[in-house]
Formats: sequence, C-alpha cells, structure tokens
Amino acid sequence: MKLITAIIKPFKLDDVKAALQAFGITGMTVSEASGFGRQRGHTEVYRGAEYTVDLVPKVRLEVLVDSGEAEKVIDVIVKAASTGSIGDGKVWSTPIDNVVRVRTGERGPDAI
Amino acid sequence: MNFNAGDTAWILVASALVLLMTPGLAFFYGGMVRGKNVLGMLAQNYVTMGVVSVLWILGVYSLAFSGTGKYIGNFHQFGLNHIWQQATGFETLTIPPLVFCAFQLMFAIITPALITGGTADRLKFGAWTLFCGLWLVIVYAPVAHWVFSPSGWLSKLGAEDFAGGTVVHANAGAAALAVILVIGKRRGWPKERMRPHNVPFVLLGAGLLWFGWFGFNAGSALAANTLSAYAFVNTNTATGAALLGWMIVERLRDGHATTLGAASGAVAGLVAITPACGFVSPMGSVAIGFAAGIICALAVGLKHVFKFDDALDVVGVHLVGGVLGALLIGLFGTKMVNGANGAFYKGGWTLMGHQAIAVVAVVAYSFIVTYILAQILDKTIGLRVSVEQEVAGLDLSQHAETAYETASYSDGNRFSSSLNN
Repeated sequence: MKLITAIIKPFKLDDVKAALQAFGITGMTVSEASGFGRQRGHTEVYRGAEYTVDLVPKVRLEVLVDSGEAEKVIDVIVKAASTGSIGDGKVWSTPIDNVVRVRTGERGPDAI
Repeated sequence: MNFNAGDTAWILVASALVLLMTPGLAFFYGGMVRGKNVLGMLAQNYVTMGVVSVLWILGVYSLAFSGTGKYIGNFHQFGLNHIWQQATGFETLTIPPLVFCAFQLMFAIITPALITGGTADRLKFGAWTLFCGLWLVIVYAPVAHWVFSPSGWLSKLGAEDFAGGTVVHANAGAAALAVILVIGKRRGWPKERMRPHNVPFVLLGAGLLWFGWFGFNAGSALAANTLSAYAFVNTNTATGAALLGWMIVERLRDGHATTLGAASGAVAGLVAITPACGFVSPMGSVAIGFAAGIICALAVGLKHVFKFDDALDVVGVHLVGGVLGALLIGLFGTKMVNGANGAFYKGGWTLMGHQAIAVVAVVAYSFIVTYILAQILDKTIGLRVSVEQEVAGLDLSQHAETAYETASYSDGNRFSSSLNN
C-alpha cells in the first residue's frame, strides 16, 4: 500500500478531485497548507515598507492506494494539477505498513 | 438668547457625525493591526468614548471653555452647572450652549483615541483607560482652552485653528510619540513582519472618517452658513488631492499604488485641512491636500530612520499633517473666506509667525506633559503588557476573546470554498 501526497495550487483542487473520482478513487483527505518551493514567496508593500511573504497558500491532498495503482494515480494527479507555470506543486508516495478501517476493523488492502 | 433652528439642527447632526469618527478610527486602526490585536484596538477606542463622555460632563468641558483664564478654564460649569450660559467668548452663538458642549465633547473623544494607533499592540487595557482620562484633563483641556477658547492665549495672539489641527492632531501626534518613547517597540519590530490583517477594514474606517469629518470641519463654523460650506468643500477637496498625492508617491517609489495608501492619503488630507478649512479658498485646499499627501507618505518612513515604533503612523500622519496644515494657513489664509491674510495674499509673515508659535507651544506642551504622565504610570501601574500577553495578543490577554472563530496559523489565507461541496 502507498500513501500518495500531493501539494497543489488551491484552485486546481476541483480538477484533481474530479480526475481522481473518474479514475475510481473512493476517498481522499484534503487540508490547507502553506509553503514554498523553487518559486519562493512574493513581496507585499504596506506604507512603503516591503514584506517578503515566504509561505504561499497550497492544498495538501492525500490518497491511500494499492501499491500497483500508485504510479497511475500519481499520473492522474500530475495531469490534472498541471498549469505549466511555476508553483504547480509536488506529488510523492510513501510506503504504508498497515491500514485499518475504524468501523469494521478490516485491515490491509481491504481497508482502502 | 436668540437660537437659530437651522444652526442648532446642523450642529446636533455634526456632533453625531464627529462621534462616528471614533468607531471609524477604530476600524481604520483595527484593520492595520495583526488579527490577534484587533479587539484590543477596538476596545481602547470604545472605552475612550465611555471615559471622555463622562469626564467631559463632570468637569472637563468647564475646564476647557469656562472663564476668562489665559491658560485654563475654571469650574464654573462643573457638572454642567450654569450650562444655560454660553462659553466665554461664544456669546453670539445662535445654538444652545448645551449643543456647543456636546459638539466639543466629540472632539475630546477622538483626540486621545488617535494616540492608540501609535501605541498599538502593547498597552494594557486598564492602563490605557486610566491614561486617557488623565490625559484629557491635564493635556487636552488646557490646549483646547489656549486655542479654541477666545480667552486662551494662543487664540488671543491671533493663531488660527478652525477645527483642531493643533488641538486635536498635532496634540495627539506629539502625545503618541511621547508614549511610544516610554513603552518602547513592539516585540519583534522592525524585523518581524506585522502586516495589516484586514485592509478592507482600513478602507471602511477611512470612509467613515471622511464622512464624519464633514461634521468635524464644517460643523466648526458653529452655524449653517457660507463659512460652513467653505469648510465642507475645502475638506472634501483637500482629501481628494491628498489621496492622489499619496498614491502618486507610492506608484513612483514602490511601483504600485496601494489601497492602504489611498486610505492613508485621504486621512492625511483630512488632518492637514482641519486647521485650515475655514480660512483658505478651495484652490488653497488643493495645494494643502496635495502637499499633505506627498509629505505624509514620505514622513511615515521617519520611524525606520529614527527607530521609534509608531505602529500605525500617528506621528507621520497626525503630527506631521496637523503641523503642516496649521503652518500652511500662514501662506494660504485669505480674508475673502475668513480670518487673516497669509503670505500668498499680501498679508506678510505675521500670520505664519502666530501659526508657528501655536504649533511649537502645543507640540512642546503635549510632548513634555504626556512624557511625564506616561513615565509615572509606567513606573507605578505599568503601561505595557507582559511578553506572554503580547505574544498571545491583546484580544485574548486583555479581553478573553478572539475576533475570528477561524483564526488561522497562516495569516488567514483560506483556500477555495469548494471544500464545502
């Protein structure tokens, strides 16, 4: 099993969600995040004083998948989240030892 | 006494307009502080409305406007005793004395409230409450008497201040500087970024100030007549010119004209035209406003040069703008409107000399007395919150409240509402 984590532009969330649902993903977790990558932050000016705002608002999207599906899911996310411009985000996968569905107690791939 | 219904009605309305300026100021300032201090800012302004409203009736009105003293009034109208008598020197007014008292009260409310912008984010609420009451009695009352009361020494000298450029703005600006020097910088300033948490609030507050300022300035004619119309038009014109001046400076210097700059420029113009609005022509008000917009936009940088943490630029806008407006009467004052001729109207430099004396006297008195008062309070009850309280924010530490249920760790950046689908 793998955990796919994607950091994407907030306005791309709807596209990515729709693409994952079309692919057949049954669940995801979305949270508000902020950070920076190679694009760095931006500059704001208040009464002549410049402020560097490092942290740009992003959305973090997490999906648990079977190991065999991981590459395909990553492709779906990357395709849907891409605008081609700087700051589009990153996607990565992490191996997962175990998953338990709280309601039924199912374990492993059955719980996904 | 012969009262005029039109004059009375206008000054009653003008009084209400001036009162509205203090909540407007609270939002103007409140939007500029960080989200953890917005209630602290609003509370300091609202409590000032409470403290001054009561003290004014009890005795401060009498101290400011009763009697024939050169430097301070007397207790003749203590507790609004003898309020059927006009204030000394105002015997020809066509409005009831109680209306004049109410109108002047609103000025006395906003003047200490202006100080809260300089001292933002670090004053104890209780200490501010005590400070604003004491300051009203020992600084505002005498200064208002000197300038506004015809028996006051600056008024007798011939110094002109139509609506309070010296009494309200230079006075509050000098006092803010004194308190700032006593309490010190906000923790983390200037290294840590302290962005305004709600710029729309700032614009909303500036709009309320602009609206209320018509009562402040045009009401200071104390009648509904041509002079009040001049004050009204001059106020609006100077404000527009200052807004443009400030935004032009930003566009040329920083590359962008900002909304915060528009609000700041408007307020700078309102401040600068306050002393002059009943003494200059509308063309003069264009010059005064434009000069105020440009000069105040540059003056807010002074705090970075001299390293004093004037959090919301009360010195740069109110002290500098108030002094500028008071001095420019010496150039643009014209008998055709009211008062004496300035240097540009063949009046010579006499008026400018009087204006300079008034400015120096008010700024020096306000700064020195406020500095001593702030030192005494700081050494006894303490003016400043503890480090823990400052980090937690005034909202939580002083009032056990938070302004926003959804207070966010990331400066309030929320992503799209599509999550709610």
